[in-house]
This record gives sequence, structure tokens and C-alpha cells, in this order.
Amino acid sequence: MEALLTEAFLTSLLFGAVTAGVPLLLAGLGEQISEKAGVLNIGIEGMMLFGAYAGFVATFYSDSFTLGFLIGGLGGMLVAAIVAVLCIRFGLNQIVIGIAVTIGMEGLTALLHFFQFSKTYPRLSQAPVLELPGLSQIPVIGRALFSHNPVVYLGVIMVVGLTWLFRASFVGLNLEAAGSKPAALDAAGVSVTRTRAVAVLATGFMAGVGGAYMANVGAGLFVPFMTGGAGFIGIVLAMLARGRPVWVLLGAALFGISLAMTTALQVAGINIPTDVVQMLPFAMVMLVLVVFARHSVLPPALGLPYVRGDR
Amino acid sequence: MSVETEAEVGGGSVSGQVAKEIQAATVRVLVPVLLALVMGGIVLLLLGKDPLAYYGYVVKRGLFSWGGLQETFTRMAPLLLIAAGLIVAFRAGIWNLGGDGQFLLAAVITAALGPALIGLLPRALTLIACMIVSTLVAAAWSLVPAILKARYGVNEIITSLMMSFLGTSFANVLVKLFFRDPGTTVPQTRNLPVEDRLPRIFDTTIHSGVLIALAVVILVHLMMTRTAFGLKLQVVGANPGAAVHAGLNVGWLTIATFALSAGLIGLGGSVEILGVWGTVRADWNPAFGLLVVPLVFLARFNGYAVIGFTLFFSALMIGGESAARRVGVPQHYVLVLVALLLIFLALVEYLDHLRRRRLKA
Amino acid sequence: MNEREAPSLATHGDRDGSTTAPVAAVRSVTKRYPGVIANDGISLEFRSGEIHVLLGENGAGKSTLIGILAGMQQPDEGDILIAGQPVKIASPRASLELGIGTVFQHVLLVPSITVIENLMLGGRWWQLLTREPALKRFRELSALLGVEIDPDALVGRLSLGEQQQVEIMRALWRGEKVLILDEPTSMLTPQGVHDLGNVMKRLRDKGVAVILITHKLMEAYEFGDRISVLRLGRVVGQISPTTLAGMSEAETTDTVIRMMFGTGAEHARDAEALVGRGRQAHRSRAVDRSGLPRFSVRGLQTAATRGECPLRDVGFDLWPGEIIGIAGVDGNGQKHLADVLAGQRTAIAGRIELAGHEITRDRVPERRKHGIRYVTDERLGEGTVGAFSVATNLVLKEIGADPYWRRGLSDWPLIHEHAREQIRRNDIRTPSERTMLSNLSGGNIQKVLLARELDAEASVVVFNKPTYGLDLQNTRLAHERILASAERGLAIIVISTDLDELLEISDRIGVMFQGRLVGIVENSADVERRVGLLMTGAEAA
Repeated sequence: MEALLTEAFLTSLLFGAVTAGVPLLLAGLGEQISEKAGVLNIGIEGMMLFGAYAGFVATFYSDSFTLGFLIGGLGGMLVAAIVAVLCIRFGLNQIVIGIAVTIGMEGLTALLHFFQFSKTYPRLSQAPVLELPGLSQIPVIGRALFSHNPVVYLGVIMVVGLTWLFRASFVGLNLEAAGSKPAALDAAGVSVTRTRAVAVLATGFMAGVGGAYMANVGAGLFVPFMTGGAGFIGIVLAMLARGRPVWVLLGAALFGISLAMTTALQVAGINIPTDVVQMLPFAMVMLVLVVFARHSVLPPALGLPYVRGDR
Repeated sequence: MSVETEAEVGGGSVSGQVAKEIQAATVRVLVPVLLALVMGGIVLLLLGKDPLAYYGYVVKRGLFSWGGLQETFTRMAPLLLIAAGLIVAFRAGIWNLGGDGQFLLAAVITAALGPALIGLLPRALTLIACMIVSTLVAAAWSLVPAILKARYGVNEIITSLMMSFLGTSFANVLVKLFFRDPGTTVPQTRNLPVEDRLPRIFDTTIHSGVLIALAVVILVHLMMTRTAFGLKLQVVGANPGAAVHAGLNVGWLTIATFALSAGLIGLGGSVEILGVWGTVRADWNPAFGLLVVPLVFLARFNGYAVIGFTLFFSALMIGGESAARRVGVPQHYVLVLVALLLIFLALVEYLDHLRRRRLKA
Repeated sequence: MNEREAPSLATHGDRDGSTTAPVAAVRSVTKRYPGVIANDGISLEFRSGEIHVLLGENGAGKSTLIGILAGMQQPDEGDILIAGQPVKIASPRASLELGIGTVFQHVLLVPSITVIENLMLGGRWWQLLTREPALKRFRELSALLGVEIDPDALVGRLSLGEQQQVEIMRALWRGEKVLILDEPTSMLTPQGVHDLGNVMKRLRDKGVAVILITHKLMEAYEFGDRISVLRLGRVVGQISPTTLAGMSEAETTDTVIRMMFGTGAEHARDAEALVGRGRQAHRSRAVDRSGLPRFSVRGLQTAATRGECPLRDVGFDLWPGEIIGIAGVDGNGQKHLADVLAGQRTAIAGRIELAGHEITRDRVPERRKHGIRYVTDERLGEGTVGAFSVATNLVLKEIGADPYWRRGLSDWPLIHEHAREQIRRNDIRTPSERTMLSNLSGGNIQKVLLARELDAEASVVVFNKPTYGLDLQNTRLAHERILASAERGLAIIVISTDLDELLEISDRIGVMFQGRLVGIVENSADVERRVGLLMTGAEAA
């Protein structure tokens, strides 16, 4: 038991939690924007994957991690654009398209990777780390929490930013209306289609950055299907967060810890089989869902396409 | 997506009407398939592969070679059972996306139980026992999402997907830790010898599980269209408000649907082990669960139509597996095709819907 | 319906000598939908400082015209003119920018945000929310309308009347040129209607062009300066301000009826339905209350659910052959009441008895066996499955039961035969019993519901808004069926927000207020005043 309380274990656990949690945070925040606007974005897993591959390729050929994140985000946004056109413009079933996008991106990125890298399986160099002055010197948590790639800090800033945005600007108001009563938004003269499309594109960008982070920072390489359900966990986070970004942060931290357990335990010398530990995050998700089932609140117009004049 | 409904309004003679409907139906089915194949072909071109060579090889191997054709039929067994499970769920408006977990768990249970029982019971009883137990296990695995939906209205897409990930990891744990065959280097369950598996049909390598699957699909179709239970499921799927209004016990029907759906998919897993593999290797996951989704939609949830579509998809998979080695196009391509098929299906449905609206004017 | 040559479009007493150009006008506007011409060459002018009423039955095309002016739809032919200039109103935003504000029949406010936030809706998404300018405008409009509402209240918590006032503010927010009100009184108490009338008059006096859509002749007479009568998508006549000022209500009624139906006697009964109260004698049948009540309810209570008013205390007795009307503004517990009586919702307290048996714990199937039937207001939302055939819908509540199902297996030939019989007997207009139900018109869908519910074993029937959205003919038919059922000895409950309807057919009328049945009065001479009082919450009228 004392093995668990060593500095090595705790540092490893917290550090791993952040690394694992950031993609969940970005996916969760992104999905929250979509869901607020009334779009059930099941395809977010596909957006993350494509962002992961695009970001990996960009960094691999340019040696720039910043470019990697940017391209990753744009990649996710590209996939989101497909969803926006099909589901929001044409009103196709959001669930069917979401499944299609997820399967399609799984296949496409695996295919592209096969033709490009399967012989070599290249790795990236270590991603840049920004050590926060002063804070990163604190024992244990300093190295675990404050010595990360800048995207991590940006993620946390996004939580604050989005909270403020939702409350103080028309972004929040329009999203809320689009998700609760789109007819009211339409009657007020704001395009429901455009509001939802922008929401989905924003989700795609954030998911893409999250995927790029997983590939470039988390793993240092791209492996087909590497997101492993992160996008879906993001959806769960958004569902439970009831519109508050800060809850997504807490949820992402929680799941990040459970995902980081394996490595941390190995560091501590405890040998629990990988597969058992791999069950942990999903078991936790189910547990949380069971306990908080009655508290999950979803916008009334979720998943329903808006057609003007539809009674 | 629209459910198969009865004949609709229209002018003109009855036979003219029927002919028009058949024509429309054919278009609705063929166009998405063709578009998907063409679009996928373009992707192959961009990757530097010859799509015609690929498709040609797939068809030759999957349908026109005796060995391949047998494999195609064999592959239909799990696909048909999954299709049956999805028809039940989707007709009731329930998105059971946890098929992979249900499939795998049932397969592992069968793989563990089979070798254990074969020493004690005759083959027929062993096979039946394995199938029943696995079906029940898979059905039980759907209980949590089912109850969460029935009682609290929690979206079952997310819960069934999570249970699928959980089930897949759990199945691996079972294989590697509990049911591991100590005699092998690669982690897997104890092997069920070929002679103890499902009997072959006549002289072929096709096992009788395919016949079981065919019968099940037809039974499911008859159940949906000719029984009160099937109609109740359809009411719940088409209009949950009306289901309550009509006095149906929606909660119980939800749970029953989930259990039936998961059980059928689990039966698919069991049959695949009892017919083909005899064992489950660690990290094995054919992931058929989502691939069957477009087939079920293409068939408009009709059991007979689904058999046809499954045949062609099965040929595609068998041909594609071989093509991965011979033509250099990995099996991942099939995922892309499935995605394209779903998208074009949805688009064609939408255009068809617009056409009908304009016709009424 | 036969096309009778409509009385000439020349209005009764033409130009009133006004020289100002109309602030808005439509010219030969036509709009077609699949199977119906909603607007057929409509030309109308709307002047500032005038309340212009568009009067017509359900389905006359009023809402379509309004949709065009509000930017929701585009006309197939014809022009819209603003201050004499032809314009294209391509979207709701365009309509608002032209100074046209529309208050639709169904509240278009977001319940989860506050009043002021709802009013601010419409800004571009990159802008910050600034309260002060919005509050200033809010205070201006509050003064103009003469209303007092808390700007920071969540809209979902306001009463329907207050929500409507917020809606009017929203419509006027960007400028007060034209205000369109689409059937605004259906949700209001008699007092609320009166208040709304005052608001309209204040606006008119300030120079706003007010357009009022209604199917109630009494309202048209009381509030309108000019009345245009619509029927089947056409303008069949208009009464100018000077003429209207000199007519009594009876004369106006006659004129309108003549414009709509000509002088033929065969439409007289439709005409009576239009006019409703005042023309129709109250029910004079005596109900035999000597025996036990057929249906008895005491102290009903339901659990609160988000956004719905629960039952707090409902009790009444009902005798065979009696029709009890449940009046009240929408949102005072009527939905819960209907659900509980039908068995779709469990009561957390209280008692329901049918002919002496307690049936409080029974759910829908058991209640149906006892003869309780429910004709829901949500015809497509819960009453039927639109994607199924007419035949399937006719047996929707008997799935699994004899004789259509034996040992769980369906007897489709028998089901279709039964359907053909029902279609014939109830005059349901449908190409076949296999037609998809959603292809039927609203009136025929209601006929399907009535056919299904009013079967031979029915003993107690609950009707919820039975004529909502139906045209005159179907409204009349529905009322006839309800009355006929009462003659047959059924005990009937009619829940409706249309007080005129209840006055016409009920023996007694009860009023729902905040989840309580606050009083039941006999449908006799003084009834309207007493019911009106009860609707405001005053106890024991």
C-alpha cells in the first residue's frame, strides 16, 4: 500500500491523468457546445481520429508541433463540416450520420496510415513542454500539473473562457435557444441552421486538437483506432455536465486518473493486468451514469432537425 | 429512418402503382450501393490502387470461387444473427450499438463452456447448452443500458457503446486470466476440436450455424410482422407517446427488446465459435456489430431483404480479407465503404422523401 | 366543397375617405400546398391606426397569409407592399426589419431563459449582452402596453397571459409599425381577453397597424375597426370602419354569414357553429341523477413534472347521459387530469370509482376494459401512429386482444375488414384502409379517433380539445357525435379551452385553476359570468 503513496506513483499518476484527460476535456467541451445547440454529435470520435492523423502528419513533415495542433483542429473541423452539411443543412438523421462518420474515419485514417507509414511506424520527437515558472517547482504536483505542453493550459483557459462566453455573450443565448426552442430563435431573426453549423464546426476543431494531442503529445505516434472511445467519453461528460464547462473539467480529470492508472501502477511496481485496468474508465463511466442517471439534463430540441414552419 | 409501411396514395391503376413502387424501391436500394462503390473507388484511386482490380478480385474470390463462396456463406451466420438482433432493436426505436461487446462476451463464454462440457455431454447437447448460456449472458449484458433507458430515459446510444467497450475489455480479461489454455504460447481459450463443433452441411465447409441463422432471421421477421409482440415493438419505435396512450408497458417492452436484441447478437458470437474458430484468441474482435447497421437500413428492416444484402456484404468481406494480402488494400477499406453506404443511404432517403412531397402537390 | 360565386369583393360601404397609403398590403397573393390552395389571390390593405380583423374558420388560410408576412413562407404568386413599395420578405429577420412584428398562436419564447434575455434574442453572436439598452426599451414598451412584468423572471414560470404580453413586446421590439396577432385569445380567460383588447386599442391609438386573426365573430366585432372575411383561401367580403361603426352585433353577424355562405339554408348549421354562443340554445335536456353516479372522482393529486401543472385537488361526480365540461386556461392541470382519468398517469392521492368499483390503481388496459375511453388532443403526437395504416390505427389500443389477435398471432384480413367497415360507417375520407394515417386531413384523423374510441363498449369518454384546429363542418360533426353519445347513455367529460364550445354542449361546467377543480356550475342563464369568475381564481361563483 505504501507503494501507492510514493512520490513516483503520485507524480506519474497525476501527470498521466493530465495527459489522458486533456483530450477528454477538449472533446467534452466541444460536444457540450454542440449539445447546447441541439445537435447530438455522435461522430466526434471520428473528428478526433482524423484530427489525430492530420496533426501527426503535419508535425511529422514540418517538425512543428504548433502546426500539428492547428492542422489537427482543421482536420476535425473538416469532418464536422460534413456532419454540418448532411445533418443540419439537409436534416439527415444525426445518429446514422454520426455512426457513419465514426466508422468512416476509423477506416480512412487506418487506410491512410497503412499506405503512408505502415512500413516505418515513425515516432515524433518529444513534444515541447512549457514549465510554468514557480509553480512547476512544487514537489510532486509541480512536475505533474505544471510542466505540460501549452495546449493543456489552453484547455483549462478554455473552460474559463467558455463559461464566461456562455453567460455574457450572445453565443450562449443563441446556443441555448437553438437547443431549447429553435422556433423562437428563428422568429427572432437568427438563423438556426447557421448557429448549429457554427457549433458543430467549433466542436470539430476542438475534437481535432484533442486528437492531435493524443497522437503528438500523448503517444508520439499515430496508431489506427487510437482514440479508443475518448470521443464517446466526451459525449458522456457533456451529457452529465448540464451546460457547465467546469463540470466537464472535473469529469475529464476523474477519467484521466482512471486512464492513467495502468502506467502509474506499473511505476509503483504493482502488477495488475493491463486489460483489467483498461476496463476501469468504462466501468467508471457506467457507474457515474447509473448514480447520476436522473440528473442528466439534455436540451429539449436535441437531435431534432429544425424545419421552419414545421408545426 | 422510415419504416416499411403499407402501400400509399397515388393515382393510376393498381398494377401501374405496384410497378412504380417496385421501380422506386429498386432505385432506393441500388443507387446508394453504386454511389458508395464509386466513391470508394475514387478513394482507392487517390491512394494509388486500381479500384476495378480490387472489386474484380473481391467478386471473383467472394462469389465465383468455390472456396470463397463457402467462406461467404459461412460468414453469413454471425452477420445474419446480428442483423436479426438489430432489426428487433431498431424497429422498436432502440439504438443497440453495444453489439461488439455482446458478441464477444457470448463468444468467450461459448469458448470456455464448450471444451468443458464436451467431455461430459454428447455433442448436440453441448452445442445447445453453449448457445443458450451465451445468449443469456449477452442478454444480461444489456440489462444496465436497458434499465437506465426504461426507468430514467438515459440515451441508450452512449450506454450501450460504453458497455461494448467494457465488454470487450472484460472478454479479454476472461480469455487471458480465467479461461486461458495453459498449453498454448499465444493466449487463447482451450480449443474445441473440429469434430465437436457445429456439423458441416453435406460436403462443404459451411457449418449448420448458417441454417440456424437463416431460420432465426425469418422467424424474427415473422414475429415483427405477424405477432402482437412485434406490433407493440413497432408502436414503441414509431411513437412512444402513442405507446403509452395505447396502454403498452413501454418500460418492460424496452427491456425485453434490449434483451432479445443482445441475445440474438450473442447467439451470433456463439455460433461463430462453435462453427468456425473453436477458440477465442486474446484481443480477437471482428467488430461486426456496427458493420451490419447499413444492411439493416438498406433492407428497411425486412428480414428477407436482409438475407440478400448480407450475402453480398459477406462476399465483400471475404473477398476483401483476401484482397488485403493479394491486392494490397487492407480490410480497413471496408469500413470506409460501410460509412459511404450509410451516408448515401440517408441522402437517397432524403431525396426520395422530397420527391414524394412534391408528388403530393 | 362547391365553389359558390362569392359576393362581390366590393366591400360594404367602400373607401372610408382615408388618404394615407396603407403601411402594408398584399396584392393577389397565392400560396399552394400539396393538395390544397391555402391562399388564392388575396389582396388586402393594412392601415396604421386601425385594427384590421381577418375573420375566418380554421383552414381559411389566415395563418398562411400571416406566415408570409412574417417571413416564414414565400408566396407562389403575388406581391407584398410596404409603404407602397414591393418587397420580398425572405426570412423572419427581414420581416422584423421591415417593422412587422408577429405574435404566433403558440408561444415562441425560450422557457429556460429570462424575459429580458428572450427580448434581447436576435443579436449577432459576437456581440456581448448589454442589459441597459434592453431594459430601457423594456420599460418603454411596458408603459406603452400598460403591463408590469419582472424582466428577470424565467419565462417558463410566467402565466400564459404574461407570456403573451412578453410576446407582444418582442414583436414590437424593433419598431412599432405593424403588429400581427394570430388567434391570441385562445389561451386567455375572459378577463384576459378584455385586457388584451385594451392593449390593442392603446396600440392602435398610437398609430400601430394592428392585424388580428380570429375565428370568433364576437371578438371581430368587439375589437375590429375593419373586418375582412376569409373562406377557403379567398377574401369573400370586407366591412369598412364606417359601416362597422353603424352596425349592431347581430347585423354584423348576418353580414358575415352572408359573405361566407351566401343565403342558402344548407349552410345555416355551419354558420351557427361559427357564431356559437348567443345563437345556440343551451342544452335543455334534463339529466337523470337519481341513481348512483357512473363515474366518481375525489381528491385527485398528481406528482409535479417539469413544466406542467400537476393536479392538486380534483373531485366530481358524473351520471350516465351527462356531459360535464372542464373549462380553464391552458396550463392549469388539464393535461394531467386527462392523463389520470385515462390511466396514463398514476395519481399520488385520491380515488376514482366507476359504477361503485374503485379503479384508482388501474392502468390504461384495465380502464379500457371497464369502458373508459380517451380522445386525446394530441392526435398525431399520441393518439395515432402517423406512419401506420388507418387500419392499424383503428385497432391500436387492442393489440394482442381477441378477435384480431389469437394466441399472439395477427389476423390482418380481419383487421382490414374491420377497418373498411369503420371507414364506411364514419365517413372517413381515405383512399384505402391501408393508407398511411398521416396522409389524412386533420378532420379525418379526428374521425378515426372518434371511430376507435366511441365503440359499442364505451361507457365513460374523456374528450380533450375535441375540435381544436378543425374546420366548421368537422367541428359540428364532432359536437353531434358527442351529443349523440350522451343520448346513448354514455357519461362524457369534455376538456376544452374553448368556452363557447362548452357552453354549447355541457350540462354542467367545471373550471380548472392551478390544478384544482374550483367549482362546478349548471349550464344555465348566468353561467358565463360565473365561469369567468372561477377562471380568475375566485372561489365559488
